Amino acid sequence: MEFEQILFYVFSFWLIASSLAMVFSRNTAFSALFLILSFFSAASLWLLLEAEFLAITLILVYVGAVMVLFLFVIKMLDIESSTLRAKFTGYLPVGIGVAIVVIAEMSLVLGSSQFGLGKVANPIRHSSDYSNITELAMELYTTYVYQFELAAVLLLIAIIAAITLIHRIDPRTKKQSIAEQVNTKASDRVRLVSISSPNKEDKK
Amino acid sequence: MMALWQSFVELVYELIPWLDGGVATVLIILIKGVALILPLIIMMAYMTYAERKVIGYMQLRIGPNRVGPIGLLQPFADVFKMLFKEIIFPSKANIYLFLLAPILAFVPAVAIWAVIPLGEGFYITNLDISLLYVLAIGSVGVYGIIIAGWASNSKYPLLGALRSTALLVSYEIVIGFVAVTVVMVASSVNLNEIVAGQKGGAWNWYFIPLFPMMIVFWISALTETNRAPFDVVEGESEIVGGTHVEYSGMCFALFFMAEYINMIMMAALAVLMFFGGWHSPFEGIPYLDDLFAFVPDIMWLLAKMSFFLFLYLWIRATFPRFRYDQIMRLCWKVFLPLTILWIFVVAILTQLGVGPWF
Repeated sequence: MEFEQILFYVFSFWLIASSLAMVFSRNTAFSALFLILSFFSAASLWLLLEAEFLAITLILVYVGAVMVLFLFVIKMLDIESSTLRAKFTGYLPVGIGVAIVVIAEMSLVLGSSQFGLGKVANPIRHSSDYSNITELAMELYTTYVYQFELAAVLLLIAIIAAITLIHRIDPRTKKQSIAEQVNTKASDRVRLVSISSPNKEDKK
Repeated sequence: MMALWQSFVELVYELIPWLDGGVATVLIILIKGVALILPLIIMMAYMTYAERKVIGYMQLRIGPNRVGPIGLLQPFADVFKMLFKEIIFPSKANIYLFLLAPILAFVPAVAIWAVIPLGEGFYITNLDISLLYVLAIGSVGVYGIIIAGWASNSKYPLLGALRSTALLVSYEIVIGFVAVTVVMVASSVNLNEIVAGQKGGAWNWYFIPLFPMMIVFWISALTETNRAPFDVVEGESEIVGGTHVEYSGMCFALFFMAEYINMIMMAALAVLMFFGGWHSPFEGIPYLDDLFAFVPDIMWLLAKMSFFLFLYLWIRATFPRFRYDQIMRLCWKVFLPLTILWIFVVAILTQLGVGPWF
């Protein structure tokens, strides 16, 4: 067996095992961590296919940012697992139905009739000086530039929408304006008043 | 350096003739890894010594001077002390995650070094997207802090983990944008090529067209490595010791080592991206170039890195700790707009073809 083949089987095993563990583990934090492990395994498989940019992006975006926020939310939530498990049998038929539909769809789309060696040729091995990212950038910024820009604008709109949804100015909140604090002068804060003091000789 | 390595590889093949392709590849990768990690760990150990000594002198103290001559064996004493300490598990802590957290902090810190070039053709792997790899693996280091905070089952670690993960994720965005400007100038994501683009004297280095980005990067690097004045993970006066309150012995040492290895990595990254990497500042100057021709290229890199490592200590001894909301404000309202603006500046400069950089 080739060295690369061993790597492929190791990473595939981890991908499947961690995905299953993610679904079946009872602790939500463990589930999230197993999902991270499966992301890593998937990224390693993509690396074997010479798709370095995709692999690194998967780690950078999903592992580095999305899953961090997931774990953040999980830490904040107080999930009572017994109440969730009580409804499990009720939802089971629906779940099985959805699972069957998904498996059928995936086997139709991703099966050997679509992605077999007869349809898609073996990926060509490139020499070490072949730059995957340069090729990808050329494609993205020439052939698919409009789609790329459109996706970027869509994401920007989503960011702005999310911010406007949560950013409501509450009149009760007290805000600190640092520029104002820095630029303040003593005369703004302290008013020196000259008081005519009673004559000391009068007291005697 | 590369010739030395080649002869070493040939020696390995000669000594163990039964090696075939796969096994030899793995073995050589392992040897390369050990050859990098061992000096790195020693560097990290003496970084702690340097920190205590430098800050000691800055505060008119002597610093460690008991173990060995002028305290030079102090790091080893610390290591043995840490090794023999008991690891205490908090009650009701999640043991698996509790032990996983320091590993998750330490492994990415070391893994980044796989792509960091130290000289002309002197690296473990010449990855085509090494800068992206550094950013990606660097972002994984956050998990050490999150999991440590959650698994400790204690309030101070949780608070420390919450605020520091929010901070790290925010500053990663800034570092990403800074990296984009560097990539735009160098027109490559490969650290080797980014350095190659800065060949020929100090005026070719990228810190000149990217001066504000260099400062933004360095402040973000301080935040990413949890160093003072941005060390909100620990913040002794506010939350005791942050995420590693509950950690003792070698578990704590792993967090500590990860922090220092990350510091060295950020210094190396600053030098590679903005200060010409292993290139001498005198390249192209008639007399000085010949005078310094004997200096190996890795020495230039290490010399520049040590300046940045000193800068860490200098800043720590000088500035008081920032308040949490001030750091966040700095990130989102100052650095992020500035970096985005500078992307446009770099784009214009590239179109105009200004100076020796573009």
